[in-house]
Amino acid sequence: MCLAVPMRVIAVKGIENDYSIPQIGIVEAQGIEKQVRLDLVDRWPEIGDYLIIHAGFAIHTLDAAEAETNLRLLREMAAGVSAESGGEKGSL
Amino acid sequence: MKYVSEFRDKTFIAPLVDELRRTIDRPLRVMEVCGTHTMAIFRHGLRAILPEGLNLISGPGCPVCVTSAAHIDGFIEVAGRQGVRAAIFGDLFRVPGTHGSLARAQSAGAHVEVVYSPTDALALARNHPEEIVVFLSVGFETTIPLVAATILEAQRQEVDNFAVFSAHKIMPPALAALLGDPELRLDGLLCPGHVSTIIGAAAYEPLAAGHGLSCVVAGFEPVDILQALIMVARQAREGRFEVENAYGRAVTWEGNPRARKLMDQVFEPVDCQWRGLGIIPGSGMAIRPEFARFDAEKRFGIRLADTPEPKGCMCGEILKGRKTPADCPLFAGRCTPLDPVGPCMVSSEGTCAAHYRFGQTG
Ligand code: SF4
Repeated sequence: MCLAVPMRVIAVKGIENDYSIPQIGIVEAQGIEKQVRLDLVDRWPEIGDYLIIHAGFAIHTLDAAEAETNLRLLREMAAGVSAESGGEKGSL
Repeated sequence: MKYVSEFRDKTFIAPLVDELRRTIDRPLRVMEVCGTHTMAIFRHGLRAILPEGLNLISGPGCPVCVTSAAHIDGFIEVAGRQGVRAAIFGDLFRVPGTHGSLARAQSAGAHVEVVYSPTDALALARNHPEEIVVFLSVGFETTIPLVAATILEAQRQEVDNFAVFSAHKIMPPALAALLGDPELRLDGLLCPGHVSTIIGAAAYEPLAAGHGLSCVVAGFEPVDILQALIMVARQAREGRFEVENAYGRAVTWEGNPRARKLMDQVFEPVDCQWRGLGIIPGSGMAIRPEFARFDAEKRFGIRLADTPEPKGCMCGEILKGRKTPADCPLFAGRCTPLDPVGPCMVSSEGTCAAHYRFGQTG
């Protein structure tokens, strides 16, 4: 049921918090374009942002800093660095 | 391509597996809660490369698989009513109820249409004003807010021939019920990726604290899953039982409050029957009385019966992590994806379907 791959925003229509007009984003991944609803997304996206999509709705706008942290931890693990793991609630 | 290709970098895999092997110092039992994880683990052949002593158990996180036969029977009853057009997610089509499936109902004349999104069901209603379009809805926290948004839109647009039959379920009460099983003896949970996008990693804190369990939120790429397993293994080695987030790019500590607000505006918790797990208090999400005109159960006066599960099917035991598909005498014989006996063989995320498709007998 879940589409695991985030899709890149190429256009945004509508205005945040204004439900009188459709809140729609056009997203793209691997050459496929789709329209998605933005009513539920946690952060209003800009062009170039990546979105997690579920059944036609964006549910999350990816955060560059979080993705960086995510990746840094992966690299450290792959390098066998047992960084002080755990405890960093809400950050990793 | 930030956010995607970096997390598909295969050169990470071998060193991550090495790190996992170095970290594990005793056998670990880890449940992957989510059906999408089960599929990802099989598709990428992770089971074959994981260190010995790490036992992955599939959990109840496939929404189709945990839909009770009673709900399927109710769905079939509504779909068969005069003037009704049923809209469903495709995975539901062949799930058996007590007598047949929606697929069987369709060949007997019911209108059943597969949609990609609940908003497609609403569009069907607008395009077929002479019929009542009923969205037969299964799903967890990832899906429920979308259905809520669709009901609110139906209300705004005054679409009166649209209704939802909610078999929605929420994850934390089911996990709490499952973890009460002393036989399960889990060391860690891989918490579902996109359910957590909505409910937030914080939602697992009571489970971690109450059951002495590591709860790690995991993404869907092989490196995400390995990272999460390393976190579980490090916690086990260090004697910690905490919630950690190995999918920070998609899941925050507090989740998506906007989606939760919409969900709670339209739905309220009720006791709900899960296939194989029985009735779990507060684990279902029913349409609030204010939105009763969009509630198919009320509109059609449906009463869910107390129906038994299909004979011989072990889905219940499999969803509880007690058995594997190979333990089921019907697996790959009487029960195949083409002719399924239980829902775990129907859904593309079902454990039996995953084992069948990837030729695992264990
Ligand atoms: S193999 Fe079929 S009958 Fe056996 S548990 Fe799985 S779905 Fe049920």
